This record gives sequence, structure tokens and C-alpha cells, in this order.
Amino acid sequence: MSQIPADLKYAKSHEWTRLLPDGTVEIGITDHAQAALGDLVFVDVPEVGRTLAAGEGCAVVESVKAASDVYAPIAGTVVASNTALGSAPELVNQDCYGQGWMLRLRPESPTALDALLDAGSYGAQLAASGG
Amino acid sequence: MGMVPVPPFFGLAEAPTGKVTGMGRKTPLYDLHLASGARTVDFGGWDMPVNYGSQIEEHHRVRRDAGMFDVSHMCVVDLRGPGARPFLARLLANDVGKLRAAGKALYSCMLAEDGGILDDLIVYFMDEAWFRVVVNAGTRDKDLAWMRARAAEWHAAVDIIERSDLAVVAVQGPQARARVADLLDADGADRAAALALEPFAARECGAWFVARTGYTGEDGFEVMLPAAEAEPFWQALAAAGVAPCGLGARDTLRLEAGMSLYGSDMDESRHPLESGLAWTVAFDPPERDFVGRRALEAHRATGVPMKSVGLVLEDRGVLRGHQKVRLSETDAAAAPDAVEGEVTSGTFSPTLQRSIALARVPRAATGSVLVDVRGKWLPARVVKPPFVRHGRPLIDL
Repeated sequence: MSQIPADLKYAKSHEWTRLLPDGTVEIGITDHAQAALGDLVFVDVPEVGRTLAAGEGCAVVESVKAASDVYAPIAGTVVASNTALGSAPELVNQDCYGQGWMLRLRPESPTALDALLDAGSYGAQLAASGG
Repeated sequence: MGMVPVPPFFGLAEAPTGKVTGMGRKTPLYDLHLASGARTVDFGGWDMPVNYGSQIEEHHRVRRDAGMFDVSHMCVVDLRGPGARPFLARLLANDVGKLRAAGKALYSCMLAEDGGILDDLIVYFMDEAWFRVVVNAGTRDKDLAWMRARAAEWHAAVDIIERSDLAVVAVQGPQARARVADLLDADGADRAAALALEPFAARECGAWFVARTGYTGEDGFEVMLPAAEAEPFWQALAAAGVAPCGLGARDTLRLEAGMSLYGSDMDESRHPLESGLAWTVAFDPPERDFVGRRALEAHRATGVPMKSVGLVLEDRGVLRGHQKVRLSETDAAAAPDAVEGEVTSGTFSPTLQRSIALARVPRAATGSVLVDVRGKWLPARVVKPPFVRHGRPLIDL
């Protein structure tokens, strides 16, 4: 069974978002996504300062099985990216909601997260797709 | 996240259908796999474990110690009767005439008349009235129908018996043989005989069939045993420290070992001479008239424009099946008419920590080629497989 923390919000395309106290938003991929990909061997994260539109490709994860784009769930500017993943991509498999975070955005709109799925809705989406 | 829909480590013939697993055929070990936390996929109509957590850890266990694979989806076929040897001599591109010592095994392609590869298989010679063949899961029905049709056509005195009553467990790695041997019997006779098996040889140990063969580039055994005995055998191996490994690790291991996968590196539209399998075709003796011989001789006479090579990617990124391959500028200048090649199977090599691949490329390819990796033409070095054998890298990095 996939872990779906209740305090996060989710994109249909299997990214999670966490609102941090400073108003920035941390982004990574979900437990379902990392399990479906299998062991990650490369993770490319975006450069700090890059501006992203909602739905724009912002990172690439490549596993033993498949390559995949990670999409920005909301629009914003990259304020940090997890460069540790360059040499330790397995952190995403081991701790996708913690040390496996990929980037932090300053959101363009403070209400952008409202449009995303809550844990219950994301879980229902996984259940409906057989995941 | 936009995931590539088909995990590329599956051959075309055995590509997952995307349907929810739980609906396919199940091996005798299926429940045990689920209880061990296996993630399963549809593989050639079978629900099979792809990993039990980490594919890369499973890979390393096989290279460094011992791992076990449930390969009961593979199809064991016994050919019994005095006509078995002449039947196989005509059916297979490699020559069973090489099999003289009881228990010896031979790798071969089974070809169509046009030289296309129907399947690749292993044949074990047990006695003059018994040869055992193991074919791929995804080609089971096609292969059995082909064999039976040829046997009828040639009036061969051979019975073709599918052994779906058997489970097959591959135990691979430097410690694999010792771990299996300890479980074989109490009095030690089978144990000693199994340990004395030469590479690529098999013997019966009671109702079990123990073969020193595999698909990983490591030493080990493949054990065929009655389905009901599979679960206790698996559990005893686990208790002895043998790691359960899924088909994911099996694929990275075989690719490092430079071994071809049916449906990816070869299929019915390809012949062995352009698939890196010329070494498995026995043109001698010239009077042996095997299926596909005339087509292959015609290819030989006109020249084969493509060859199969190994590739090592120098950059970050992962080579994957169906990526396009172009000659380097130097090679292209010398061979302006060369067509595009293709990666036939590619992966990330856990041992080399680089991406490696098998590719079908124009014969003119020499030192390096260019591969279209997600829209960028990256240079890849042309090498001669295997990449890794017996735990050791064979490629300079």
C-alpha cells in the first residue's frame, strides 16, 4: 500500500507539495511514483532562479526501468533544489516525502495549492487506477 | 510525472499489457512472493515478481553472494523417443551433434524457413531417448505448435511433452552452488554429483533436475523440481541466506553478461547473423539441413549489413530499447549509405555504474556511435560484450 501523508497536497501526475512556514512550497514525487519507477539511478533537478509554469517539466527522474519528467504542480520560482540527489538518487526511493524532496518554489499565487488534490482524493485516484 | 508506459526491460513479445496483475497465470511460488513483499508485473501472461524492494540490491546480491529467481513461467519441454536427436538436428540452428556426453547443454536458436528467430532455447541431452528443452514463456504456445507441426511433417519418432508440472528456480551467484548442494540430500551422493557438474551440464537428483546453467553471468544452478516441492525449497534457500530476486535484476544481470533477450534483441523479423548470434549457428557439417539454413547461407553470400554490438554511455542518462543509433561522423563519411541502427536493450548497469546496451548497428560502426537519448545525440562507446562476468567488470571505464 502506498504512503499518502495527510498533510500534503498532490498533483494527478504523482507529485506532492508541502507548504513550508516561510510560504515556499516543497515538491517531490509520491511513494506510488517511486515504487512504480523502481530504483532511481539519475535525478536532474532545476536550477535555482528558474521560473516554472504550472504543469511545466521541472525535473527528470530516471530509474532502472524508465525515464520520467516531473511536472511543477503550481507556477513559481525555484528557490532551492536538492542537489544531494545528484550523487544519491536512491534517497527518493528511501524517503520520498523527506530527504528525497526535489525542489522548493516560491509560488506565483498564494492560493495555488487550493487547486491540488488532498490525500483522500489522491488516494481515491490511485485506487481507481488499480494502484 | 509522465512515466514511460512500458518498462523497457521487457521484450516486445513479453511486454506488460498494462493490465492489473492478479489476472495472469501464476507459478507455484506466487503466494510466497506476495508474502515476501514482491511487486508483480504481467510478463508474457504471467504475474511475476519484478522486485522484492530494490532491484539494484538484488542485482548486487547475485554478483557478490547468491540470489534466487522463480522462472517457473519458462516452458520445459521433454522430447522423448528414438527420433529426438534427428528431430532436433533438423529443428535447431545449433547442432545437437555436439552433445555427446550425457547431461551436456547447448544454447540454440530455433528458426523459421526465412531465417527469422522463432525463439532461443537451451537443450539438455540426457540420453538418446530424452532431450529436455527450455523455451521462453511468451513464445510457449507458438513454439509447441511449431515443434509439433514439424514433428508431424517429418514423421519424427518423438513425443513432445510439456512439463507444466515442474517449477523452475534459478539460484545464481558465487555462493549459489554450495547453498543448493547443501539442500539436495542426506546421504551426500547427489550433493557431490551436483557439485561435480561441469558448466553447462545437468543431471537428475531424484525427482529434481539440476543444471549448471543460468542467465546472469555468474555461476549457479537452475533447478527444475515438482511444483509441490518448490515452496519448501525456496524457503530453505531463503533460510540459507539466498536473496529472492525479481525479473528486474534478472534483466540487468543478463544484459551485463551480454546475453540476448528474445523479443528485444531478436525476434521473428531478425536472423541470428545480424543479432550477435552467429556463434550459435552451426554451418558445419554442411550436410545438416536445419530449418533456416538456406536463408542464412543466402545472407552470408550477400553480406550482412548490420551487426550487434555492446554500447557504453559515457554521459549521464540511460540507454533504452528502441533508441535510434547513428554512426559517428568519421564512420558516416566512410559509409554514407549506412542506415540508422537501434538500441535493442539498454539499462543502467549497477556493477559499472554506467548505462550499457546491446544495439544493432551498421557494420561500419567502429569506436563510437551516437544515440538519441531523450532528444539528445549522445556518444556511446562500441564494445564487445560481455560487460561483466563472475563479478568482475570486463570493460575499461
